[in-house]
Amino acid sequence: MGDIVYLHRVAKRYPGGHDALSDVTLTLEQGEMAFLTGHSGAGKSTLLKLIALIERPTRGQVVINNQNISKVRRSQVARFRRNVGVIFQNFNLLNDRTVFDNVALPLVIRGETRDTIARRVRAALDTVGLLDKERQYPIVLSGGEQQRVGIARAIVAKPPLILADEPTGNLDPELSAEIMDLFQRFNEVGVSLLIATHDVELIRSLPYREIQLKGGHIADRAAAAPYETPQ
Amino acid sequence: MIAEYFKRHAQTLVFTLGRLYQRPVATALTTLVIGITLALPAGLHLMVSNVNSVGYSWEGSLTASLFLADSVDDKAGQMLASDIRSRESVRGTSYISRQQALEEFRALSGFGEALDLLDHNPLPAVVVVRFKTNQSPDAINATVRGLSELPGVVEAKLDHQWLDRLFAILATVQRAAMIIAALLAIAVILTVGNTIRLDIENRKDEIVIMKLVGASDAFVRRPFLYTGFWYGFLGGIAALILLGIAVALMAGPAGHLAALYQSSFVIRGLGFSSSLGLLGIGVALGWFGAAWTVARHLGAIVPR
Repeated sequence: MGDIVYLHRVAKRYPGGHDALSDVTLTLEQGEMAFLTGHSGAGKSTLLKLIALIERPTRGQVVINNQNISKVRRSQVARFRRNVGVIFQNFNLLNDRTVFDNVALPLVIRGETRDTIARRVRAALDTVGLLDKERQYPIVLSGGEQQRVGIARAIVAKPPLILADEPTGNLDPELSAEIMDLFQRFNEVGVSLLIATHDVELIRSLPYREIQLKGGHIADRAAAAPYETPQ
Repeated sequence: MIAEYFKRHAQTLVFTLGRLYQRPVATALTTLVIGITLALPAGLHLMVSNVNSVGYSWEGSLTASLFLADSVDDKAGQMLASDIRSRESVRGTSYISRQQALEEFRALSGFGEALDLLDHNPLPAVVVVRFKTNQSPDAINATVRGLSELPGVVEAKLDHQWLDRLFAILATVQRAAMIIAALLAIAVILTVGNTIRLDIENRKDEIVIMKLVGASDAFVRRPFLYTGFWYGFLGGIAALILLGIAVALMAGPAGHLAALYQSSFVIRGLGFSSSLGLLGIGVALGWFGAAWTVARHLGAIVPR
């Protein structure tokens, strides 16, 4: 199995001179789940944005799914993003559309048929336990439910990689644990996940690698590569 | 695959109409502005073509009077009339002898007694020439000039100057209407463009989200283009309704005016093909306005 995410000596300087990342090298294996931790401003969001092609690196190589993103032209970005499911802290749902339509969006964009869309949206909603809410609007749902809609949207098109930026940042501990449960279940069926969080308490008990960022660097170099799997 | 493509476009078409329906007041106002803007030049065009048709119908009844020399006797006069009648451009002629002219004058003018004081008949014999309707004013003029040079004809008169002037005025108005139409077409584009720009502004978050989940530029653009389509289409419908109302309001006075001139003139609306044409122009302008705005503003909205 290859790496699904490979960053080599990546730096990102924003216009105005702020260095969000400097010299970051890390890998995420196909089928691996890892946490990205660090204080706010440590560069977690920037790192995820580079992987989702929302930002471009100033220096270094970013290879996603064996594709060097410096080779991805602007017109190809949309197609590239379809291979990455992104989950946001503020959910980023369309409030004037039903839960069903929100989750269906990635499939509609791909031009799937109506039948396929209905089948896969219901499957995704079933996975996150919201099948009975498909006709409702996001605004009437609780925060935890809204985040699960966001997760259903991220997985509905079955991308090989899921990125989550503080997915539990707006949720209480109990709901956060539920969300982590969901992520573990996705990982069990082979999806790679990279989850940015500052909630160290939540992930301490979980058996996944933690990549700690500090001021734009990886704090613990050993954690930049996957754990050695015991022979 | 192609069927899916068209289905997707049809869905967007219905979806954007639904979105307009959700904001009825704003949609109605924009539609009305576009409708009025389209109705103005269309109304002007309608007016010109109506007056034109009145002009042509009068031209159909154009007659020329050929005044004959006194030396031409009745027999020669009648021969001349039948001679002219056989010409291609002539619908008919009639010969009025000097005697008939005198009797007619006596009966109609009320000055009959004054004529009795004269020792001879002062009126000339006349050949009245009626022309066929399918000719240009220039052709008729040329024919009349030819007739005036026939032997025995003293003078040929065609009362057409006022018609020439009318057509010249109409041509001027028509040109003005075209200029106004061009300016107002730009106004429609700007109206739609500005409305779409506000729409894009309001949907910034939505656009960002769509792009984040992998929507192509074409996908994001599509609903705005169809919104432009609907504004143009609905504006066109509004324009047709406004024109219909205007024609209905004009029909009474115009009919009365026509009756005063013993004319059977009836004011005409746009007709089916012109109505379709107006709708088509509205749609084209709406689409273009949207496409232009989308090209200018959508690219700047990217996820941060």
